[in-house]
Amino acid sequence: MKIAVLVKQVADTAAKIELLPDATGVKLDGVQMVLNPYDEFAVEQGILVKEAQGGEVVVFNIGPDAADEAVKTALAMGCDRAVVLRDEAAAELDAAGIAQALAKMIEKEGGFDLVFCGKQATDSDTHQVGPALAQHLGMPAVTFITGFEAGDGEVVVGREADGVAETLAVGLPALLTCQKGLNEPRYPSLPGIMQAARKPKEVLTLADLGVDATPAVTRKGMEMPPPRAEGKLIEGEAPDQAKQLVDLLRNEAKAV
Amino acid sequence: MATIWVYLETAGGRLSKGALEALGEARRQADAGGGSVTGLLIGSGVQELAGWAGQHGADKVVVADDAAHANFNLEAHTRLAIRALEGGEADLLLMSVGTHTRELAARLAAHFGSGMAVDCIAVTADGGELLFKRPIYAGKAYETVALAGKPAIATLRPNNFAALEADAARSAEVEALDAGLDADSLGLIVKEAVAAAADKVPLTEATVIVSGGRGMKGPENYGLIEDLADVLGAAVGASRAAVDSGWRPHGDQVGQTGKTVSPVLYIACGISGAIQHLAGMSSSRFIVAVNKDPEAPIFKVADYGIVGDLFEVVPLLTEEFKKAMA
Repeated sequence: MKIAVLVKQVADTAAKIELLPDATGVKLDGVQMVLNPYDEFAVEQGILVKEAQGGEVVVFNIGPDAADEAVKTALAMGCDRAVVLRDEAAAELDAAGIAQALAKMIEKEGGFDLVFCGKQATDSDTHQVGPALAQHLGMPAVTFITGFEAGDGEVVVGREADGVAETLAVGLPALLTCQKGLNEPRYPSLPGIMQAARKPKEVLTLADLGVDATPAVTRKGMEMPPPRAEGKLIEGEAPDQAKQLVDLLRNEAKAV
Repeated sequence: MATIWVYLETAGGRLSKGALEALGEARRQADAGGGSVTGLLIGSGVQELAGWAGQHGADKVVVADDAAHANFNLEAHTRLAIRALEGGEADLLLMSVGTHTRELAARLAAHFGSGMAVDCIAVTADGGELLFKRPIYAGKAYETVALAGKPAIATLRPNNFAALEADAARSAEVEALDAGLDADSLGLIVKEAVAAAADKVPLTEATVIVSGGRGMKGPENYGLIEDLADVLGAAVGASRAAVDSGWRPHGDQVGQTGKTVSPVLYIACGISGAIQHLAGMSSSRFIVAVNKDPEAPIFKVADYGIVGDLFEVVPLLTEEFKKAMA
């Protein structure tokens, strides 16, 4: 099996987010950066499939030089090698552009049976790159998977889709986006960390791929969420507190 | 003169609540800009829903109705939607956010090379251009974007856009779309699709959510949360601490590494309010916190707070709601 795993480096979900003074973006100086939490499930699944069936797991990443850390984590967990795009112009790519660039990177390498990525990146939250990439690659895609079983020339995956428990058979090659519940991502072992630095890494630029970086999405502005109104603490004994709260929710908030 | 299309998702043989909200927003934008609204309906036995779409704002409904499409199949729906849209009539395609529409929207935007905005909470017209506001970092910040290409695609977050009241005087022109596909060419087969009990509301669509955290002390105590949720017709959520402890299924997790929700009412019981949890629920219209720690960060976002023992307070709330709503 030849397996591709896509990873992104994002701000730690425990980080407080602030805007740049000109509100063109988010201030990331001094923010702890980590492997996108959902990508951990993708990396783990790629490694699990390789362990069961043999083959190779290739990590793909687009980002600044600092994103090498996220790639290193994936390699330390057990991926075999990496192909990364490092190009200042790539910072201007929107999700559609990232999907196009990844498609070129994956096609250049060729021959993948499975492509795994996280269901979303916890910064831009678009959930877009996986299925868009599948469209470019002409592959079927299933998003949000929580179950995976290898079959003959196909895989059977499970997920919960808005209150419906679905089981789907997907012909290979296929792209699957992963989330919590699919597996328990391993921690990189010490030997894994030592080996990661020595694993092959190919570095590409946009020019190598011929990707048009003109975005289809233009950011016009950013803002912080409106502050929430000062809340009311309900005093008294528990039975009275309960009565007051129900009354406030029905008659003041009209929420129920 | 914008032509706005709406992908009409169905659930349990009806138009989904989100689909009606998207139709309502399409109608408002079309009326403001002098445009029209076309619904796109794909499924089995969905023809009869076209009239309902008309009453909720569609001028025209394009219907692909075939027994083969009883379940959502991303491969099939992508191809049929491309078939319907490739005439180039649509300027904008709206849909409600859901698991299926997220993946469908992304594939369509990739096919048409058009811009896409996900999880929008507001759509505004600036001159002739539509702007879409959406949360990023699970709601820790918002961005407003403009979309190039045709059709531009936007998915709308439930509970943020009003559906129109059904108007029996309105009707839609119905146009049939060839629903035929070579089934063998589909890379995907839906083997099984089992709907949860009809009264179980998905978290992302729920108008009321009752959520329990570490303060619940164990899985055996979630009956308290479920009882309150039953009275309110609410969905049950959980914090990461509760999910990671194995007390609740992963699908119940609310927060930046779980589901982002925006109900009318969010009741947090025994949840301290870690940053990643607050990110996932602080766009709820009203937030109630029940926690014994008066310093818990959840009280900073709560509209109504009770500092107290949830094991005492929650059953009392259930009783009070029962009385009040009888």
